[in-house]
Amino acid sequence: MIIKQLSIFLENKGGRINEVAKTLAREGINMQAFSMAETADFGILRLIVSDVEHAVEVLRKADFAVMLTDVIHAQCPNKPGGLAEILDKMALHDVFIEYMYAFSEGDTANIILRPTDMQKCIEVLEK
Amino acid sequence: MIWNQNKECMSIDQMHDLQGKRLQKLVKKVYHSTPFYRKKMQEMDITPGDIRTIEDIVKLPFTTKQDLRDNYPCGMFAVPNSEIVRIHASSGTTGNPTIVGYTRNDLEIWQECIARCLAAYGLTNNDIFSVSYGYGLFTGGLGAHYGAEFLGATVIPASTGNTEKHVKLIRDLGITGIASTPSYALYLAETIEKMGIDVKELKLRTGVFGAEPWTENMRREIESRLHINAYNLYGLSEIMGPGVAYECECKNGSHIAEDHFYPEIISPDTLENLPAGQKGELVFTTLTKEGMPLLRYRTKDLCSIMEGECPCGRTNVRISRIMGRSDDMLIIRGINVFPSQVESVILGMPEFEPHYQLIVDRINNLDTLQVLAEVRKEYLSDEISGMLALKKRLADKLKSVLTVSVDVKLVEPNSIERSSGKSQRVIDKRIMK
Ligand SMILES: [Zn+2]
Repeated sequence: MIIKQLSIFLENKGGRINEVAKTLAREGINMQAFSMAETADFGILRLIVSDVEHAVEVLRKADFAVMLTDVIHAQCPNKPGGLAEILDKMALHDVFIEYMYAFSEGDTANIILRPTDMQKCIEVLEK
Repeated sequence: MIWNQNKECMSIDQMHDLQGKRLQKLVKKVYHSTPFYRKKMQEMDITPGDIRTIEDIVKLPFTTKQDLRDNYPCGMFAVPNSEIVRIHASSGTTGNPTIVGYTRNDLEIWQECIARCLAAYGLTNNDIFSVSYGYGLFTGGLGAHYGAEFLGATVIPASTGNTEKHVKLIRDLGITGIASTPSYALYLAETIEKMGIDVKELKLRTGVFGAEPWTENMRREIESRLHINAYNLYGLSEIMGPGVAYECECKNGSHIAEDHFYPEIISPDTLENLPAGQKGELVFTTLTKEGMPLLRYRTKDLCSIMEGECPCGRTNVRISRIMGRSDDMLIIRGINVFPSQVESVILGMPEFEPHYQLIVDRINNLDTLQVLAEVRKEYLSDEISGMLALKKRLADKLKSVLTVSVDVKLVEPNSIERSSGKSQRVIDKRIMK
């Protein structure tokens, strides 16, 4: 399933992630998953939230550099080898992954994928 | 429109003649009224009688900012206090401010010079004109104000600060022209965008910008964001204030009101006069100033005198854009770097906001130059590789223009301080150490 992810450009300075979290918390927006990619002086915070439009609005108002990115949300059983199975499929069909991160809820593992080719990735997952 | 056909379009011979006569009178005056100049001229073994034509100006002594400081507060005044009707002071960051005194006649000439500028930008008595220079000791506010009134425009003394209220007035009063620093113009554009107002619905069409050096790319940026024509207004408080030189509709160099201000370009090293077209330090002699006349004042502004006639019909000489100030120049690992070069690169790339900052430091005995740049939100990438590529593209461009390597730091939008006055674009930490 294609979902919208928030990507926020942040300078590497103390407390910026915390400020994002606080801004969302004040508005009652829940962060369901996030990952941070960093370089020496900046990073990109990637977020899955409960209310995308509202989150974009409040973050923009607070002068955060936020953009929306399409990502794929996939699920697999939360057990050893669950993720490997999906990644094997991707490799077999030459689908390249720019980045991915995961979070689990009970028996299910949720995976957020950003492939270079969205359509192909979905087709492969459905096989 | 040409405000003062007689002076702005005077034949070159007539102008030299007029300048020569005015210089003779000026030198006589300062020799007898300003002890500083009498002493200098005596040291150089010259008397007022040695000055007969404008070409003789090279025999006269220079005046520097330091001379003004040494004669603080009123040592350079050439008239008694009873004839001074106004005083302005420049913002000296260190030491004494520079005090400038004006007689009634000086103020009349000033407003007439400003009227020449505003008319050249196409403004008339039908315009509603807001002055967003700081009012007060700084010459920008009151200078532009009285000049615009003299032109007959409806003047709004908006000054700086409370930009949202200013935007409201621009919209509700139908303000057509504005004078400010170029950085304030960008700040104004951002405020208009933030308030959700469509700039095309405003009547604003002419912008008059000065008090800090700016580039052609900055002009394009301001023109497209505010939907106006942006013109350069040059001046400095020691000489008078804004109105010493101004662009015409050609936007190609600024005409000097040379019946009042005689320009020379000198080499800052040899102090010799340089021919037209060559870049050097701009020097002015105030031919008609009464309150605080100056001989050959070294402005530290670097530019050249342009050759050839201007299609607008004015014969007054033009100066090129100010390429920087000799005291703005940074020396990074032995190489001369001007902040205006960085500005021109950043404003030439659509990926970046027109706000930037230079941070100079010395680490392990090596000068470092870091440039902070804000990425426009349309060009942000979700991928690290995309952002790193953008960073490298800017670093490569800067390196090729400046010939020194630059550490580019991409920063968050709106994180570089916006300024309503002169913005602090350079932080040189070497000075603090
Ligand atoms: Zn012209």
